[in-house]
Amino acid sequence: MSVTIKIEHAVKKFGDHTVIPDLSLTVNPGEFFTLLGSSGCGKTTLLRMIAGFNSIEGGDFYFNEKRINNIAPNKRNTGMVFQNYAIFPHMSTFGNVAFGLKQRGVREPELSRRVDEILKTVQISELRDRMPKNMSGGQQQRIALARAIVIQPDVLLMDEPLSNLDAKLRVEMRSAIKHIQNDCKITTIYVTHDQEEALAISDRIAVMRSGVIQQVGIPMEIYQHPANLFVATFIGQSSLLDGKAVAVDGRPGMELHQGGLRMVLPGMKPVPEGTALKLCIRPNEFVFAESGIPAMVTERVFFGDTMRYTLQFADGQAIEMKQDIHEPVVNPGAQVFVSFRADVVNAFDAETEVSVMKDVVKE
Amino acid sequence: MKKKTFSGWTWITLACFLFFAVFFIYPISRIFLNSVYDFNTGTFSLKAFEKFFGKKYYTNTIWNSLKVTTCATVLACLFGTSLAYFARTIRIRGKRVLDIVMLISVLSPPFIGAYSWIVLLGRAGVITAVINRIFHITFNGIYGFSGILLVFTVKLSPLVYLYVSGALKNLDNSLNEAAENMGCSGIKKMFTVILPLILPTVLASALLVFMRALADFGTPMLIGEGYRTLPELIYNSFIGEVSQDHSFAAAIAVVVVIFTTIIFLLQQWISKKKNIEMSSMNPMEPRPVQGVKNVLVHGYAYLFILLELLPIIVVAYNSFQNTSGTMFVEGYSFNSYIKAFNSMGSSIANTYLYSITALALILVIGILTSYSAVRRPSVLTAILDTTTMFPYIIPGSVLGIAMLLAFNHRPLLISGTALIIIVTYVVRRLPYTIRSSNAILRQISPSVEEAALSLGASSPKTFTKITVPMMISGVLPGALMSWMSIISELSASIMLYVGSTKTMTISIYTEVIRGNYGVASALSTILIASTVIVLFLFFKITGRSEIDL
Repeated sequence: MSVTIKIEHAVKKFGDHTVIPDLSLTVNPGEFFTLLGSSGCGKTTLLRMIAGFNSIEGGDFYFNEKRINNIAPNKRNTGMVFQNYAIFPHMSTFGNVAFGLKQRGVREPELSRRVDEILKTVQISELRDRMPKNMSGGQQQRIALARAIVIQPDVLLMDEPLSNLDAKLRVEMRSAIKHIQNDCKITTIYVTHDQEEALAISDRIAVMRSGVIQQVGIPMEIYQHPANLFVATFIGQSSLLDGKAVAVDGRPGMELHQGGLRMVLPGMKPVPEGTALKLCIRPNEFVFAESGIPAMVTERVFFGDTMRYTLQFADGQAIEMKQDIHEPVVNPGAQVFVSFRADVVNAFDAETEVSVMKDVVKE
Repeated sequence: MKKKTFSGWTWITLACFLFFAVFFIYPISRIFLNSVYDFNTGTFSLKAFEKFFGKKYYTNTIWNSLKVTTCATVLACLFGTSLAYFARTIRIRGKRVLDIVMLISVLSPPFIGAYSWIVLLGRAGVITAVINRIFHITFNGIYGFSGILLVFTVKLSPLVYLYVSGALKNLDNSLNEAAENMGCSGIKKMFTVILPLILPTVLASALLVFMRALADFGTPMLIGEGYRTLPELIYNSFIGEVSQDHSFAAAIAVVVVIFTTIIFLLQQWISKKKNIEMSSMNPMEPRPVQGVKNVLVHGYAYLFILLELLPIIVVAYNSFQNTSGTMFVEGYSFNSYIKAFNSMGSSIANTYLYSITALALILVIGILTSYSAVRRPSVLTAILDTTTMFPYIIPGSVLGIAMLLAFNHRPLLISGTALIIIVTYVVRRLPYTIRSSNAILRQISPSVEEAALSLGASSPKTFTKITVPMMISGVLPGALMSWMSIISELSASIMLYVGSTKTMTISIYTEVIRGNYGVASALSTILIASTVIVLFLFFKITGRSEIDL
């Protein structure tokens, strides 16, 4: 039985300081939902409001139809996984995982059966009777995960659970978490500042900034059709080129200040001519061309599957581009022309920073 | 619910505050009041202070106390710090023995040293006789200033040693290596790098030494022989058989408290300015040295082991000697122990009963106070946290008369009961437990408690099942130290006891005064043995090899 989480007009203040001014959000049953943002954006604050550890200064929080604002944290039936794991150091693995079940009056043999089952799911059965003292971060995080889901919570909350792990383990745990969540279908809210992690693990992502949700969408939407300049630059790497809206052959297009290039942007909405725009181009959307913007290659870095170049325009602006390793290699110092794939780039109103593309979904 | 848990902790904080207000703030304020207010005539006057500062006889006492306390502090810091430095940097055979002997010495009752040194170096002392025979002189034994200084220095150097040794353990060896890499080594390194880093610890232990020496009642009473110090003067003015003058005793107490407060603030000020956070991944390794240096360092360390052990050996030896009246005679037996159990049985029972009750109260109040201060901070907890620091700087005899002044009449008539002694123990040792609880609690991430809450445990259950078990391993060593210092406490309880509430330390003191050295030695040995057994059990059970002070 999965739960819908609904948040309406949430407000969070610490003293006079407003962290979340007015936030509404719906998380669908069984969904893996990620709050993504840099530190201080209010994502952890929001998570802790859902868990009940932060007071709620305004708005309503619902699990299905049940309003949870005034329910104590221990009665909300949420499972929480903490950044520092928060393993009880004086209890064995079994004791940690059994703790929540005991609070719910589950007795032997049911208790052992359920603990053992979940330990098997997270693949740490062999640690059952060991104390957490000398366990690795990965092992501790598996205990924390087992402990949170064994109680069959209505909602699973995870606060940057992978950020204390090393890179390799992070990728491994990431897919473990995704698989386990897929199997048990618990509505999950996951907080991270790591955009790659968010893209890889989530059903949907909410990008947050200063307590305000910038965009909600599935990972591909967010990456390919960012709603505004902040999302575009926060997710993935991009270079920004300035220009203005012009009609090219009667179709919506853009003239770049850089090199005076004019081109049709097929995905763009009609915008009043002359409007200042910013064009956001990902490294892999640039191409070397016969004509285009003149530039000089200043740096080349080999990444195995790709080659990364840093290029400099005549006015000094630097851009990043990425080429498949099988493309011809260009040497640093070479004078080249660059162009880009006009069908996939995103343009934004320079003043409002809002996307002027047709395909953007913003809830 | 959020509101409800908060108000629960508010009540607990209030209860702790009330306890502290009644049993500490009120008594201490009574001292200040009594020093300027005459309850019989109902008038304010500064007569008591005039009397105190008017007579050289009394002002000399201050001078005496300061002189011997300061000298003892300087010597203890010198010996303790140097020994700790050697033991951490140079490999000494039997360092473990040195550590344990130092620890036992710190924890044994202070005046046992005085008694033992009289036996060794007194008028009829064993060593005195040898010296006189060899050098053909009539050395009359050490009493007065030099006697007190000897006892204090021997007794308190280990305290500095243990603290500084702990600080040196936290000094990362890479700092040493960095200094040497830049061409600074040996003595120069010690003074430019190491000493500045451990200075806050040295100062903190100096404060402790100063407070302990200044407050010590038993040592000057036994070995002082007319070298009058402040605790003695307070005791005599308050309880004295010749003349009792409560407001005079209170006035002296006020002067003492002002002194200790100034010293305390000075120490705090300096260590705040020089405060350095250190934690070592890579502690210094003691290195073996050769030749004369090696011999000197070993000699120095072994001399200290001997000096610290001597008093204990003396009382243990005496306790098995036969006695006749006040004299030791030929032969060995358990007679002194039998006598001690027969005539002092109740004081032995009292000691354990009071100290264990006090310890339980200290743990409960200490942990609750600390939890509310760290996890539920408010104006009230801030005030509580600060006021619970004050007993640090109140000498035992001052607290003793404060308690008597406060609880001598209805409705708060508890003087003469076990309660007043237990409560005094609690107040004296509470600051230490609160400090260590605070430190532990700050290391425990709140998310561990939140995890328990989110798993469905209620607030009280989270506290008892998660927080307290996690704290206890950190709080217990300090609590054991508290217990050991409670069973050897004399300066406050000597003011507060009546016949039926005598404790072992009081019995030892009174027996020594009466000349019943056999019984006194037997009781002292029991006391020291209790300490050693508890320490041994602690090391055995926890598997640790060191105890943090």
